[in-house]
Amino acid sequence: MEIYLPIADLPVNILVILAMGLAVGFISGMFGIGGGFLMTPLLIFVGISPAVAVASVTTHIAASSMSGSISYWRRRAIDVALVCMLLAGGIIGTAFGVWLFTFLRAVGQLDITIGVSYVLLLGIVGSLMVAESVRAIVRARHGKPVDLRRPGSHMWIHGLPFKLRFKRSRIYVSAIPVWAIGFLIGFIGAVMGIGGGFLLVPLLIYVLRVPTATVIGTSMMLTLITMASATVMHAATNHLVDALLALILMVGGVTGAQFGARAGQRMRAERLRLLLGLLVLAVGMRFALDLVLRPDSLYSLRPLDTDL
Amino acid sequence: MRTRVLPVVLGVAALAAATSPATAERLVASLSTHRVMITSNFTGEELVLFGGIEQDSASGPRRSGYDIVVTVTGPRQNTVTFRKQRMLAIWVNADSRVFEDAPSYLAVLSNRPLSAIASTETLRRLQLGIDNIPLPQRASVNIAESGSDEPFRLAFIKIKTDHGLYREVANGVTFLAPELFRATIPLPAEVLVGTYEVDVRLLADGTQLARTPAPFEVYKSGFEQVMTTAARDHGVLYGLATAAMALATGWFASIIFRRD
Repeated sequence: MEIYLPIADLPVNILVILAMGLAVGFISGMFGIGGGFLMTPLLIFVGISPAVAVASVTTHIAASSMSGSISYWRRRAIDVALVCMLLAGGIIGTAFGVWLFTFLRAVGQLDITIGVSYVLLLGIVGSLMVAESVRAIVRARHGKPVDLRRPGSHMWIHGLPFKLRFKRSRIYVSAIPVWAIGFLIGFIGAVMGIGGGFLLVPLLIYVLRVPTATVIGTSMMLTLITMASATVMHAATNHLVDALLALILMVGGVTGAQFGARAGQRMRAERLRLLLGLLVLAVGMRFALDLVLRPDSLYSLRPLDTDL
Repeated sequence: MRTRVLPVVLGVAALAAATSPATAERLVASLSTHRVMITSNFTGEELVLFGGIEQDSASGPRRSGYDIVVTVTGPRQNTVTFRKQRMLAIWVNADSRVFEDAPSYLAVLSNRPLSAIASTETLRRLQLGIDNIPLPQRASVNIAESGSDEPFRLAFIKIKTDHGLYREVANGVTFLAPELFRATIPLPAEVLVGTYEVDVRLLADGTQLARTPAPFEVYKSGFEQVMTTAARDHGVLYGLATAAMALATGWFASIIFRRD
């Protein structure tokens, strides 16, 4: 069943897009992530231009993190004060990311930047996750308790000024690393079309020592606001958000997420992290191959926008 | 692909018979439709062009017969062509050329191979065939018209051809009768909206006898048009509406799937 996408300017099979939404939604529900890093490459694979894919996926992630945020809100598992402080950096990061996106598109280096960023980010994060979860599994085998939060050990980050107390997360940290993390997530989210959940959650746990009770809810709430604003900014500057494409994706995504969440609850946490780490690594490898192998055609075309 | 064959054959034939002779041969052509609408289930379309040749009573039929070349040119746009180059083990866009006002769509249809219709020199002068269509390009500052074997030009034409946007069909025109012909114009799903120029030329013995235009328009239908216009002209509002739609969908899903 073909449907014509008005902004992407090409027809796609609605069932294929819906199935992709379901599959990515399942994975995102299972691991508690947005799944943008899987969705954007899949859309590029079916022929949608990277620019439209990145811009439209931000809308899709906004929808899936909305339903997640609501359920965490009901469980009172969101640290609103922490979200606000992360947002202070996040909005600036998103604006800067959208600006860089526009600039790179104008000079014809957007696709390569998206590719290289994916390889670097997914490679590093994937390796770290795999290493960490393997260590945790080995430790669990030896009967030692798995403890991510070591209250005694302090890093240099915890010595920075402008300290703030976040009551719900029960942490007392400087505002500087909070802003920096917010900026980073907003920035890469806008450039790469990812919510950044798979990056934000480990940063909150390891750097800010946010307890596991509030970390996912807080991450989802932040993702919701940065991705909703990225949608508006992408629509305002690049006119590349395909609302129809986003709608099909989010219908599949929110449905798949429900089944994924149920599947995820039956698995052990460190197994889940190992699987996610391997998945992240695999996507990163796929991008690396595309960059290194000689392309079928050395040439590519792009219409030159009159308003740039 | 849908084919709209309207009963224009008779109409064109009647028109051809009724026109008054001014030169030796007159050419009339009509399309099956002048407006192609892109709807939500648009996957491309085929237009049919019918045409008739009217002879002057004074001149007899040409010995070698008539040839028809139909050139369809889509809306023009500036297009960048990038060439990838290996840099530090990865392939990046290194070199680029801007093709100024290049046709987004180009189809050259004829009743037999162009090389059989006229000499290379004539074809070049009349700009018949993809190789003879000028594609001025800009490297950085100066616009240079380049030869037909230039790599950027060849790559540009190849990519366009792969997408079905450029094509040269040597049997695209069929003669139904010695003075009545039909041409099928295939429009792929990727066509741009705008005015398409159709240039019908009549040749015989390697020289041009007559030509006539038959333009048509491609436009987006209600919903597609509203979305495109909204996205382009009211970006902020469109973005806010899209974001609101996302939040509503997420909220709706949390109600449907609520378990606690």
